[in-house]
Amino acid sequence: MAKTKKLINDANNIITEMLDGVIGAHGDILRRLDSNPRSIVAVDGPRDGKVGILIGGGSGHEPAFLGYVGKGLADAAAVGNVFASPAPDPIIEATKAIDGGAGVVYLYGNYAGDVMNFDMAAEMCAMEDITVRTVLVTDDVASAPADKWKERRGVAGDFFVFKVAGAAADQMLDLDAVVAVAEKANRATYTMGVALGPCSLPHTLKPNFEIGEDEMEIGMGIHGEPGVARGKLQSADAVTDSLVDGILAEAKAGAGDEVALLVNGLGSTSLMELYVVHRRVKQRLDEAGIKIHRSFVGNYVTSLEMAGMSVTLMKLDADLKKHLDHPCRCAMFQVA
Amino acid sequence: MTETIQQITPAQFVALFNRIGEAIEAEKGWLSDLDGVIGDGDHGVTMAIGWTAVREALAGIGADKSFTDICNTAAKAFLNAVGASAGPLYATAFMRGGAALKGRETLDAATMVAFIEAAAQGIVDRGKAEPGDKTMVDAWMPAVAAAKAALADGKSLADCLQAAASGAESGMKATADMTAKKGRSSKLGERSLGHMDPGAASTFITLRTMAQGVAALTN
Repeated sequence: MAKTKKLINDANNIITEMLDGVIGAHGDILRRLDSNPRSIVAVDGPRDGKVGILIGGGSGHEPAFLGYVGKGLADAAAVGNVFASPAPDPIIEATKAIDGGAGVVYLYGNYAGDVMNFDMAAEMCAMEDITVRTVLVTDDVASAPADKWKERRGVAGDFFVFKVAGAAADQMLDLDAVVAVAEKANRATYTMGVALGPCSLPHTLKPNFEIGEDEMEIGMGIHGEPGVARGKLQSADAVTDSLVDGILAEAKAGAGDEVALLVNGLGSTSLMELYVVHRRVKQRLDEAGIKIHRSFVGNYVTSLEMAGMSVTLMKLDADLKKHLDHPCRCAMFQVA
Repeated sequence: MTETIQQITPAQFVALFNRIGEAIEAEKGWLSDLDGVIGDGDHGVTMAIGWTAVREALAGIGADKSFTDICNTAAKAFLNAVGASAGPLYATAFMRGGAALKGRETLDAATMVAFIEAAAQGIVDRGKAEPGDKTMVDAWMPAVAAAKAALADGKSLADCLQAAASGAESGMKATADMTAKKGRSSKLGERSLGHMDPGAASTFITLRTMAQGVAALTN
């Protein structure tokens, strides 16, 4: 099979070289710790008395996770290899760097590898008297039934949960309150996605799954894990309808409710297509009497060059709305 | 006729680790392909990165180091190089295996079996997978059972390891008939049927390589 084309030098150096680029481009916002080059910390943000927000996960999801580090959002990101959880060391060093004495919250998508590494890091930080609390993002509706929501993976909904928790911490809420806001945001956030084509890892340069030229896969994860149902590719409206149906059934959103909407590209799907999808989501929400408070359209949580997209709704209350609108200045995302 | 040796030294133990690293490197494409079918396609890459780090760390280890030191060095190197799921699982396996070898100057059949059993238990404790969940545990558990049975039969060090490798191989093959209940492939449910678990496959490669490595050592 032909190898996929990528702009790389050496697959073994790709994370280091990406981080060189990120720090070179955004040195006013991000810095790399001397104690661990996989710990990326906000230049402005961490401060005494503020709850620290640490996010992280594998690489290949850019702008997640390091792109959401900055004043008003996350204080640090621990960076893993491609599609692989970071090791405990970069998590521990980042935790120490952002601890302002008020505790640190770990926020990340629910994957077995991430849970093991972040839990090991949290145990070691506890031995150094840093209080760490964890909120797992579990927004992927297709990945487990509603009564097993704690087993669901975290996908594009990471963005909403990080945003809201980061804002709460920036407003100096205490540890319990920040955790409560993050948990509320997670339970209010629902995602369903569709993949049209695979991605390939820099080390293998091979498509990580096979899919027919006329097929799509509903429920694909952001690591290219196969989804839950495969079928013939349908029109944008038909695909969007099936995602919206799945989300609304779970979110129990109806007339008078307000939501935040994210139409997220997985990597190689055009913005043009994402806006076509947004158009249909808005039609559906308008028909249901659901108001969109704020829309986000673009590549927010990607899967290398995977083709496809996901739709995420966060059902809002006054509290979540306030935190969503709170200003932030990150390398790859700003709210003025 | 030459006989295989009945006990190995720390230096030979390091050589075994190096040999496993080479085998994983050689098989990484196969492991990633297995993972691509039911997971995210990175298992071979991840294992190769981890074992490369182990080999690099052990290249600088002093000749005076104990089995426990060797295992702890390998654990730290593997964990920090890969993270992922394999990092904590293998690091815990190395540390628990190393703890079982504390104070030993040579490794014989009984202590090798104890090492494998402790390493496997570390993986079970860290990953919390049960037998039948379609994970590497499904290769480690039959490997331990087979190695213990061989030891009870009075088999040699090499034969105990060969029994472990055969147990892991049967366990690996049996994962094809299991539905994944842990890890990323668990989201696939029944669609994981018919495909071997890549973690079980790398377990088999590891134990097979240890068996071959010891068999190749002659007095």
